Amino acid sequence: MIAAVALAALAAVCAVSAWRMTSVRWTWRAPRAAIALWQALGLTWGLASVGALLAYALEPWGRGVIHGLVYLVTHWREPSGLQRVGALAAGLALLTVLMAVVVVAMAQTLQARRRHRLLLSLVARDEPAVPGVRVVDHPGAAAYCVPGLKSQVVISEGTLSLLSRDELAAVLAHEDAHARERHDLVLLPFAALRWVLPWSKVVRDANASVALLVEMAADDHARLRVPPKRLATALLRFGTAGAFATPHGALGMGAENVMARVNRLVQPGPAMRKRYRYGIVAGAALLTTTAPLLWFLPQ
Amino acid sequence: MDVLWAEGGPLTAREVGRLIADRDLAPTTVMTVLDRLTRKGFLTRVRDGRAWRYEPAASRDAYIAELMLEALDMTGDRSAALTRFAQAVSGTEADVLRKALTELEEE
Repeated sequence: MIAAVALAALAAVCAVSAWRMTSVRWTWRAPRAAIALWQALGLTWGLASVGALLAYALEPWGRGVIHGLVYLVTHWREPSGLQRVGALAAGLALLTVLMAVVVVAMAQTLQARRRHRLLLSLVARDEPAVPGVRVVDHPGAAAYCVPGLKSQVVISEGTLSLLSRDELAAVLAHEDAHARERHDLVLLPFAALRWVLPWSKVVRDANASVALLVEMAADDHARLRVPPKRLATALLRFGTAGAFATPHGALGMGAENVMARVNRLVQPGPAMRKRYRYGIVAGAALLTTTAPLLWFLPQ
Repeated sequence: MDVLWAEGGPLTAREVGRLIADRDLAPTTVMTVLDRLTRKGFLTRVRDGRAWRYEPAASRDAYIAELMLEALDMTGDRSAALTRFAQAVSGTEADVLRKALTELEEE
């Protein structure tokens, strides 16, 4: 019974921590470490929830989750008792749903990207002033990255006329960070989870928090190469320029997030001490190992 | 594709080849490209005697609009397909940012 209880407690701890993480602000001082912690929390929550159900279902055999499942498949014996059969079904269903959702989200994302790339190859052009960047002839302000093995940075004609040269360089440095660190892969599982649980406030907030942290990580990367003030003014110009045809109220958190990023760039607070940052990453790694280890615990 | 958009009427592969004569493409190359674009739904074609006449399925602006809708995340489904620099904000929120921008530029 120890394994089942421990896993259930672990899942609860992860859920509560995730809920706390959506409202704390220290994460902004170390976005990369915070992203690692978020990933560890998400993964552990999933493994612990599934594990708790399976551990309870397979407990009478005293083999732990992994070996219990192997025993179940090889000997084709079902656990005795309606409750345990129910727990087994629920655990396997949860595992399937979680995995299927990530796979489906990945497939959809790849498809959307393929179409986007194809359209770009038809209508985008190269601009001698910004080599290596695709330009789309549209007056609106847009700058983004189509991630992939060969990531593509795209800006609109409107961006070219909106920003000064220094600001454009800052935006491109920011997008380059997205492309190089594959931030889309960080966001994918959280976006997928949001898609299955659209009504859950914690999941929605978690998704928004991670998205903001990813932007901050890219800002940090860009500020090493360009003056932070230029990135800040570029951000503000972008935020104000997009007033065209934006559906009302759809982007409520926008201004708050933009201001949070601007304030970080203009008045950076004391950086989080290295040992704390390493501590967070080490904690995240440790957390990630707990659930798989508990899957082996026989009792 | 640019040639077809510029012309405004359905063209045969031979005519397209003649219009991009500066690049000296083999007629079969042009036909292959047109055929592939048709299969992907970007062109429509009609029989004209022994040849096909090709026409863009949608205007260049329509495709640009589609790209920008995704780029600005206005399609409704917030996907992780693209990573964007910043979101645009509306109305009163934009005023907050405008004020901050003026302050920052005066420094």
